[in-house]
Amino acid sequence: MLEIKNLHVELEEEGKQILKGVDLKLEAGKVHAIMGPNGSGKSTLSYVLSGRDGYAVTEGSATMEGADLLEMEPEERAAAGLFLAFQYPVEIPGVGNMTFLRTAVNAQRKQRGEEELSAGDFLKLIRAKAKTLKIDADMLKRPVNVGFSGGEKKRNEILQMAMLEPKMCILDETDSGLDVDAMKLVSEGVNALRDAGRSFLVITHYQRLLDHIKPDVVHIMADGRIIKTGGPELALEVETQGYAHLLGEEA
Amino acid sequence: MALPQQKGDATAERLSALSRPEGGAWVSQARDEALARVQAMGLPHRRDEYWKYTRPETLVDAAAPHAGVYEPYEAQVFDDIDRVKIFFVDGAFDAEMSDDLSLAGVEIETLETAGAADIHWARDLYGVLEARGQSPVERPLAALNSAFAGQGVVIRVTGKAAKPINLAYLQREADTDVMFHHVIKIEEGADVTLLENGPAGARLNKVMEVEVADGGAFHHVRTQGRAHERRAATHLFARLGKESIFKSFTLTVNGALTRNEAVIELTGDDAVAHIAGAALGDGATGAFHHDDTVFITHDAENCESRQVFKKVLRNGAVGVFQGKILVTQTAQKTDGYQISQSLLLDDDSQFLAKPELEIYADDVACSHGSTSGAIDEEGLFYLRSRGVPKPEATDLMVIAFVAEALEEIEDEAIAADVLARLEGWLERRRG
Repeated sequence: MLEIKNLHVELEEEGKQILKGVDLKLEAGKVHAIMGPNGSGKSTLSYVLSGRDGYAVTEGSATMEGADLLEMEPEERAAAGLFLAFQYPVEIPGVGNMTFLRTAVNAQRKQRGEEELSAGDFLKLIRAKAKTLKIDADMLKRPVNVGFSGGEKKRNEILQMAMLEPKMCILDETDSGLDVDAMKLVSEGVNALRDAGRSFLVITHYQRLLDHIKPDVVHIMADGRIIKTGGPELALEVETQGYAHLLGEEA
Repeated sequence: MALPQQKGDATAERLSALSRPEGGAWVSQARDEALARVQAMGLPHRRDEYWKYTRPETLVDAAAPHAGVYEPYEAQVFDDIDRVKIFFVDGAFDAEMSDDLSLAGVEIETLETAGAADIHWARDLYGVLEARGQSPVERPLAALNSAFAGQGVVIRVTGKAAKPINLAYLQREADTDVMFHHVIKIEEGADVTLLENGPAGARLNKVMEVEVADGGAFHHVRTQGRAHERRAATHLFARLGKESIFKSFTLTVNGALTRNEAVIELTGDDAVAHIAGAALGDGATGAFHHDDTVFITHDAENCESRQVFKKVLRNGAVGVFQGKILVTQTAQKTDGYQISQSLLLDDDSQFLAKPELEIYADDVACSHGSTSGAIDEEGLFYLRSRGVPKPEATDLMVIAFVAEALEEIEDEAIAADVLARLEGWLERRRG
């Protein structure tokens, strides 16, 4: 599904190198987690994959189902099936959540040469999906993320993911700012989307999210590289012994 | 004091090109007094401080600059609202197109009819609020209007108006030079919504005087026509009584020159005045210069005022904001807010802002801010990451930018009409 080879990335303005040769291969239907201390480059990786401005790729490649992601505009990546759940979802005043979602769903369908969803079909679909995420009609009507609590914003991200049905989902610290109940709700939303054709890259500091979203593979990232890869037990090792232990091992 | 020669000459030239409309005793007297004011002040000159950012020549010149008729076929903006329609075509009331002027809770007359009487209640307002608004800053174009406007409406609201009143201004001929003077009196506890739309003419000079008595409410929403070459100088004078509510919103797209002035006086305790505007200009489809000049005087206790002005400018479009909050010594517990912001979509566009506060009371909360900036990249990326192509995502970010101003429109159906106009304008310009 996703293949990253020797990816080197620096900040465009400062020229500061953030990713120093990331290699990662994620098969269809699998859930990989990336853990790592602050500043290790986890969020940068998610931004570079989804096409945010401000980063320069100096070496390496990233492909999704063989297509060169780095050559595509952010909206083309989305239409190709990539989705990033933001760590800090952006507030868009004046644009209704539902209007936004319908625009997004239909824009993607149009780019893929599919027929647009009718207003009626869209409404039916969103109501059903919103219900399972405990998102009420008011939240759908309100401007995108405006006045939403931290938990509501994250639930809204998962709702978008459910509506857009991407193949490759990147979750950037989706657990940050969530209480236990909200984390459970969000995780259930994610788990409901797991299937053989869909892959997940879950970025997190903490092991607790991985109790709910069980990964197949765990990577540890430090200083712009993946320094260790293992099974779910690696996350537990982080939880009990901290990153310093792993970093020390590496050194 | 004699006027400087240039100013005196320009004023004399303009005055000699105008003819006084006919009218009864009360309105003739009001026009005489207004004429005297214009003669004393002289018409605006580009060296006047108040006209530093907007050149007044084309608004002052004896002949209106050319403006063709721009009327792509489209429905009237408020067509889906149940309303009383009053049409003015090329500056004159059109009885045939207009609805019957009877409306429960409201008395509507044309200025011609009201002015023909020898005496009329409107004499307490016509030219009166305009004259009050000449101090501390002169507004000669408004006095010119009081002296020479022969067309308009005179409205008295005695109860809750059964439906909104819509003044629609059509332009059928090129190069028309039109003036309107409207007088609106809202009695105690009465309530009305006034809608305005259309370009009116090649050059428009409009004055609206509004008095809102204690506990009354005035809601005003206007869209200024899409004509590219039109020029307009409008003045909105309002005096607000105790616990009254005044809310005005203006959407401006296109127009070579628009200067919208608002002069609002809060004279009764606990009154509320909100004035907002969204202006969108694209220099690629014709010159665009838009000026919002607002003067709000708090002269009573515990009143609230809000000014929210947003401008979206591209391809050399120019936006101007001059906004003032004056709080007199008696106006304790004043809550004043003023924000003027521009979204500059390129390096060629320009926003000039002059926010002012003048406060003499010691227990007030007043805040003001003014910003200029580019499109929010964070929001743009968020939308694009969901698959929305860049042009559409940019438009959504423009809507997000003007949202705070649009939110000042209380009625949802009216707000939706205004938003649809704004979206249409953006769509036609999609890159």
